[in-house]
Amino acid sequence: MNKPGKDVDKRERIVKRIAQELRDGFYVNLGIGMPTLVANYVPPGIDVILQSENGMLGIGPFPVEGQEDCDLINAGKETVSEMAGTAYFSSADSFAMIRGGHIDLSVLGAMEVDEKGNLANWMIPGKMVKGMGGAMDLVAGARRVIIAMEHTTKDLQPKILKKCTLPLTGVKVVNTIVTEMAVMQVTPTGLVLEEVAPGLNADDVQRLTEARLILSPDLKTMGS
Amino acid sequence: MNKVVANADEAVRDISDGASIMVGGFGLCGIPENLIRALVRKGVKNLTTMSNNAGVDGFGIGLLLAAGQIRKHVGTYVGENKLLEQMVLQGKVELDLVPQGTFSERIRAGGAGIPAFFTPTGVGTMVAENKETREFDGRTYVMEHALKADFALVKAWKGDKWGNLVYRKTARNFNPMMATAGKVTIAEVEHLVDVGELEADLIHTPSVYVNRIFQGESYEKRIEKRTTRKAS
Repeated sequence: MNKPGKDVDKRERIVKRIAQELRDGFYVNLGIGMPTLVANYVPPGIDVILQSENGMLGIGPFPVEGQEDCDLINAGKETVSEMAGTAYFSSADSFAMIRGGHIDLSVLGAMEVDEKGNLANWMIPGKMVKGMGGAMDLVAGARRVIIAMEHTTKDLQPKILKKCTLPLTGVKVVNTIVTEMAVMQVTPTGLVLEEVAPGLNADDVQRLTEARLILSPDLKTMGS
Repeated sequence: MNKVVANADEAVRDISDGASIMVGGFGLCGIPENLIRALVRKGVKNLTTMSNNAGVDGFGIGLLLAAGQIRKHVGTYVGENKLLEQMVLQGKVELDLVPQGTFSERIRAGGAGIPAFFTPTGVGTMVAENKETREFDGRTYVMEHALKADFALVKAWKGDKWGNLVYRKTARNFNPMMATAGKVTIAEVEHLVDVGELEADLIHTPSVYVNRIFQGESYEKRIEKRTTRKAS
């Protein structure tokens, strides 16, 4: 089976594809880790305004060396910069914005997603619990939730399941799953496979997915 | 009315063992550095700290942890602090993790006279266990209660001698809500100015909430992750 290569290539494929979902005027929250890379692929000619849960709307790029400001960080605690149109506000206002349904799109990672759109991404019992941060609010409040993740674990175990086994972040919150192998939509009838990575077919994807995939009648190649 | 105190040690003079303390900041951004150091010097024990994060090893709330002064921590994400992990596993510190939006709103409610509220966050997860849920317009919400503290330690960029506060950029975060929810609110500021110097339209925390204010010193303002791009 032809499996997409190195981790960096996998990540790039995933975030590039998610960036294609961005529309002009979207207010978007990108989770820490892989989701932040979506910002590198915003289609030219459209305005996408990034929201950071710690109280910033309109996040600029990493600052030039020497211009780092300790009072100016993103949710991942990395130094960032302002842009024209940036606004600052408190954490209560930030989560009112999130919970109140004002954010168009939330992109997050996952440990597990299941066919009903349940998401588990904050805790592994038995290991130290680091905390859920803003994830539970984001999935409860955002208008649309896209998961950016690798299709399987390092040991090739499925992460897209019939039913999540780990403690949940949210119930029926996921709309779309994008992996290096496929794009899938959560629907009332189940998980629909809409796109498959170049060089793969539906069987390749199903073999590494525990949930039963419904084939879209318009099944096509990812990103085409 | 005189709310100005000389320094951090003066400011924490009546904080005693067993107190509950809200501490502003997101990561290391916007933390009341002077007040934290003063608490370490004072040596008060069995504290319940409420803060989004738990500092890092050797800085911020991490200093109170290392000195064994914290009995319980309420926060939303503590992954940066390895010592906290150990102390929780050893049963030395109790840890209560709350979703960040719920944490923010509980504090806001605490200062705003709202005893409890309903939120969709955490419904169907561990967070909602043993809590009342209710349906509104066909959606399930979980009831959460207000959070208040004996003391709120906040950090602002500028403050006047009445306690009007202005925050700077993302150093704002939890400070405004915590300022309202402490029985006693202590503010440390980088610039203490005379009443009348702050533009009224631009005040973030009105003076009514602040009991004590002082000008901080020797700010380290540590950066947790220094990420940069190349100059083009």
